[in-house]
Amino acid sequence: MDLIYLDNNATTKVAPEVLEVMLPYFKEEYANPSSIYEFAKNANHTVRDSRGVIKDFLNAANEKEILFTSCGSESANTAIRGVLNMNKNKRHIITTKVEHPCVLNLYQTLEKEGYKVDYIGVNSNGELDLAQLEESINYDTALVSIMYANNETGVIYPIEKISEIIKSKNKETKFFVDAVQAAGKIPIDVQALGVDLLGISGHKFHAPKGIGVLYLNSKTLITPLIIGGHQERGKRAGTENVPYIAGIAKAAELAADGMKYELTEVKRLRDKLEAGIIKNIFNSRINTSISNRVPNTTNIGFEYIEGELILLHLSDLGICASSGSACTSGSLEPSHVLRAMNVPFTAIHGSIRWSLSRYTKESEIDYVLKVLPGIIDKITALSPYQDELANLKRLRG
Amino acid sequence: MWDYSEKVMDHYRNPRNVGKIDNADAIGEAGSLTCGDSLKIYLKIKDGIVTDAKFQTFGCGSAVASSSILTEMIIGKSVEEVKKITNKDIADQLGGLPPEKMHCSVMGYEALEDALKNFDDLTDLDDLRNEKPAEKIVCTCFNVTENLIWDAIKQNGLRTVEEVTNYTKAGGACGKCKGLIQDIIDTYYKKEESHKEESSLSPAQKILKINKIIESQISPELQKDGGDITLVDIDGNKVLVKLRGKCSGCKNSHLTLKAFVESTLRETVDKNIDVIEVA
Ligand SMILES: Cc1ncc(COP(=O)(O)O)c(C=O)c1O
Ligand code: FES
Repeated sequence: MDLIYLDNNATTKVAPEVLEVMLPYFKEEYANPSSIYEFAKNANHTVRDSRGVIKDFLNAANEKEILFTSCGSESANTAIRGVLNMNKNKRHIITTKVEHPCVLNLYQTLEKEGYKVDYIGVNSNGELDLAQLEESINYDTALVSIMYANNETGVIYPIEKISEIIKSKNKETKFFVDAVQAAGKIPIDVQALGVDLLGISGHKFHAPKGIGVLYLNSKTLITPLIIGGHQERGKRAGTENVPYIAGIAKAAELAADGMKYELTEVKRLRDKLEAGIIKNIFNSRINTSISNRVPNTTNIGFEYIEGELILLHLSDLGICASSGSACTSGSLEPSHVLRAMNVPFTAIHGSIRWSLSRYTKESEIDYVLKVLPGIIDKITALSPYQDELANLKRLRG
Repeated sequence: MWDYSEKVMDHYRNPRNVGKIDNADAIGEAGSLTCGDSLKIYLKIKDGIVTDAKFQTFGCGSAVASSSILTEMIIGKSVEEVKKITNKDIADQLGGLPPEKMHCSVMGYEALEDALKNFDDLTDLDDLRNEKPAEKIVCTCFNVTENLIWDAIKQNGLRTVEEVTNYTKAGGACGKCKGLIQDIIDTYYKKEESHKEESSLSPAQKILKINKIIESQISPELQKDGGDITLVDIDGNKVLVKLRGKCSGCKNSHLTLKAFVESTLRETVDKNIDVIEVA
């Protein structure tokens, strides 16, 4: 049975080219980049060059604006804590209801520490309420924190416009963007976006797990989260993870080269999958607006059935996807993102996220389209809501 | 990914007895669409025997497996036997469920209980006229009643709010009912405690009773095998004994003690007794 991996928003496979550039730093080139002997020169230059590659990948103004971290969560924690520590007199934060848990849980902790946090809502298409955002910004707002693209729905938020709103209301307010789900899927230009801080994570674009980046512009001061040595200009202690830094740089190069493919081919396959499901399965619905999403993601609700069971049946055929249903995660409530969007309760428990990558083949999408209707039929036959389902079938034909 | 047993996987892959029974003699329901899982069970009952059972489930793998195995467990059984089935029996039949999924077995129990209640109501026309008292909802997020929480604590020996959440879902969303759940747990164990005290003997009575049981029941049994036992001391529920004769040297003496002396004393005097062998 061949694996069909459609869960690339959870993590991605390491590109073979990435693995290849990493290996020498485990074997021969193991020097500490801070050491002064000749043997350390290659490691040192690799870190320097990789920083340059990431600078270009994000279109930062300067290499000094790039910090290497261990993951997306660390980038977010460093950015948020770092900014707040430098602006101790400001106690107000604005974020959204649909952020990733790594950010949301931190804000809940900060609330306990005495910060006031406003959570901006979304409409049923997953789009942010920008009016509410504008109203919320005041003299006391230290930080606005909004993700670039949502991990569950793929919806892209208008970061550039939000930057303008923030700067027009309070010039001192810093803007952090969690771009973990945007990196590798759409071009990122930190200068055009006008953001102060932005985080990405390697394992979402074919680098390994355990490497991330934090961009912070030269006007933004932060305190370090990890205190120790002088690495990363004193902003993040710890001997540089040379193989992984080489790896994320290579992954960024590959992503930049493959951007056109992502925006055309990956999108075409995603659209094919989506259209095929909606056409052939009467109790399915797309949970977001169709426009303005990253090209690889679709979130589809199957009404009157439950998501975990769909995933288990898919898994029996080697197909990997994920669900915002409560049952899969072990939490008892369905996804906070779909709830914030008011996805109808008939569909929220049966919502499946499909996320493709440049490695996804057309034959794989065809296979999913071939087997999925049978799986959904089988599960639908178990449902106690047969009358409701019959009605739906009549309505949708 | 959950660590589901083979049995659970078999039942969600090939669910048995799926569907609806027209003219069912009893129908039971549990859960709801909003809460993310629900179950409907249909029974055919003839001369006090469940002759057929079918189910419809909206829920995850373990919810379907729990419903499916439940129908297998009850077909052919008498209503009296079926009434004794608990959520634990369902989970055990499935070869266990992950702790966070125990609420699926509780949902099966709940639907079955509902069906049997409806059956009783129908057979007893007087009851039908009496308004049923409204059940008190403890968790409004998941519509969980006090009775269900009480049953889950009783059937599974739950001791913490987290366990109650795993078994019933109550407390798993906004969390504002957690205090109430704690109260129910406290009340349950206080009640159990006082039950124990009522039936328990005074320390003096206990010593006399233990002594009597050893003399009249245990010692004669051991003597048959060429050994004997002397009571050395009683300290609360700790019973210190000395083994004499043949069986003290025998390799199985500890097993003999545990299995026989302890179980006899636990059955006849107090279920918390520990027997300790002294040299
Ligand atoms: C939007 C978003 N932010 C942050 C993270 C966390 O990244 P990491 O796993 O590298 O800590 C993820 C990963 O799931 C994500 O999807
Ligand atoms: S009332 Fe029980 S979790 Fe909300």
